[in-house]
Amino acid sequence: MSLNAARIACFGGVYSNYLALEAALRQARALGADAIYCLGDLGAFGPHPDRVFPLLRDAGVTCIQGNYDDSVGNSLDDCQCGYVDPRDNYFAQISYDYTSANTSAENREWMRTLPKELRLELGPCRMLLCHGSPRKTNEFLWESTTPTHFLGKLADQHRADVILATHTGIRWRRELSGNRQFVNVGVLGRPENDGRTNVWFTMLDYSPASGMQVEFVPVEYEHRRLAREMQAEGLPREFQETLLTGWWTTCLEILPSKERRRGRF
Amino acid sequence: MSGSSPEVRLSHLDQLWFQVSGTFCNLTCRHCFISCSPKNDSFGYLPLEEIRRCLAESAELGVKEYYFTGGEPFMHRQMTQILIETLRYGPATVLTNGTILKDEWLAALAAAEAESLYSLEFRVSIDGVSPKTNDPIRGEGTFVRAMQGVSQLVRHGFLPIITAARTWPDAEEASIVEAFLAALRAVGCDRPRLKILPTLHLGAEAQRTRGYDASERVTAEMMQGFDASQLICEHSRIVTDRGVHVCPILIEEPRARLGDSLADALQPFAIEHGACSTCYQYGAICSNPSSVVAGLRATRGVPGNQDASSERNA
Repeated sequence: MSLNAARIACFGGVYSNYLALEAALRQARALGADAIYCLGDLGAFGPHPDRVFPLLRDAGVTCIQGNYDDSVGNSLDDCQCGYVDPRDNYFAQISYDYTSANTSAENREWMRTLPKELRLELGPCRMLLCHGSPRKTNEFLWESTTPTHFLGKLADQHRADVILATHTGIRWRRELSGNRQFVNVGVLGRPENDGRTNVWFTMLDYSPASGMQVEFVPVEYEHRRLAREMQAEGLPREFQETLLTGWWTTCLEILPSKERRRGRF
Repeated sequence: MSGSSPEVRLSHLDQLWFQVSGTFCNLTCRHCFISCSPKNDSFGYLPLEEIRRCLAESAELGVKEYYFTGGEPFMHRQMTQILIETLRYGPATVLTNGTILKDEWLAALAAAEAESLYSLEFRVSIDGVSPKTNDPIRGEGTFVRAMQGVSQLVRHGFLPIITAARTWPDAEEASIVEAFLAALRAVGCDRPRLKILPTLHLGAEAQRTRGYDASERVTAEMMQGFDASQLICEHSRIVTDRGVHVCPILIEEPRARLGDSLADALQPFAIEHGACSTCYQYGAICSNPSSVVAGLRATRGVPGNQDASSERNA
């Protein structure tokens, strides 16, 4: 797909956080986004999973399928997040069971139809939008465990100038050789384990004069209200604490040491 | 036998291992799958120049992670320099017994990691929650020394991953994991990361318990529908002073030596060894993320999450 548009908004991991999604969509429009993309994982973690779908459809957001969407859409046994430690999987399963039980048949069917990746052109730049990595939906590409030469090889193999991914829950970007780049666009679903309660999305703006500009945009939303709704739904207190404090309390074992040390737990 | 064993293709060289100190170790653990000791010279030290050459080649191949094992890697006199140089390429993990770490090395490594984009991980092997259970396997006094090493790493700002070979009955696993986490917290490791590994019935361990019997083999039928990326040979190779081998487990198996250089060693491998069945059964046994601790998931208990809970209750 070739876009005449030059300015796009991208976000990942909504994780049922419909309040952050509403806020992010308002901001993206205010920033002049010509098109909005979601890199998958619409459900998880938060309350009332069905609430995000009308917002995405009404805003014309183009979505790709994350591991969660594949799992919920196809009624699989677990989220396929890729955790391997029992401490991580314990909470992941609570989240998954709740989300799966509270997602409508109609929305499941829609998630099944989503593509695994999307290609578009922004100016002369070949963009590849995926969930985890171009080669595997649930691959974790953390900033501190992803060599630049590895990303360069992915960009070569997948013929992309800009690779956009999510899945880890923490935004980052890396310049690659040949004026290419990798961007983890961040997630709307939960804060980034830095003691701040906001979440993040990414604006990409191409112009012939300045090339590809990437800007991470912080999103403030009614996080206390979301935490109250999670409590009312019987979701773990640990999840609410993460929203209220900005520190991850669960699914920590998968973190490499640099990312883990930046957090509190 | 190889004719009937399934072949595993290297999908991509994600993990590059170095048998950096060969089979030299300051300890002589009774369960070591390659029987390392102060005197075992089956494999020698890897020269720094050879490692530099491999790092340069690895960038061309798009390697994602670097691992250093032995023996005891810190027996290598240039180990600090090796890790510092590796961190210019990508994330590095060193598998140590934690008993010979020096503060000056750790200070230099902490500084190098702080300057690098990439994580440096220390994996410290401890095989019991007390001298009573650890020392009969790893040697007299090793529990205390290794825990001191953990404490030293924490003081230098690292978050060591403790690896323990499962030398206890499965039924005791949950209580042993809890005891491990408590013991680690007691020496100042307030964010304990614990990885439980299956034992491998090779080398000294084959003498301590048993070797593999002929029925413990991966068959072509078993590979039907199996995610081959769970096997280390699907994404890794290891450089030794005697060539490039398929994986860190099988370096003593003659057929596991695949070539003189990385480029020569990228061909498929027939998983015909008993140890391949352990890799098949447990998956990801050599990589950093903790492997599933059998029996814990069903307990509904939340192992190791007390730190978050105590913070909430404070």
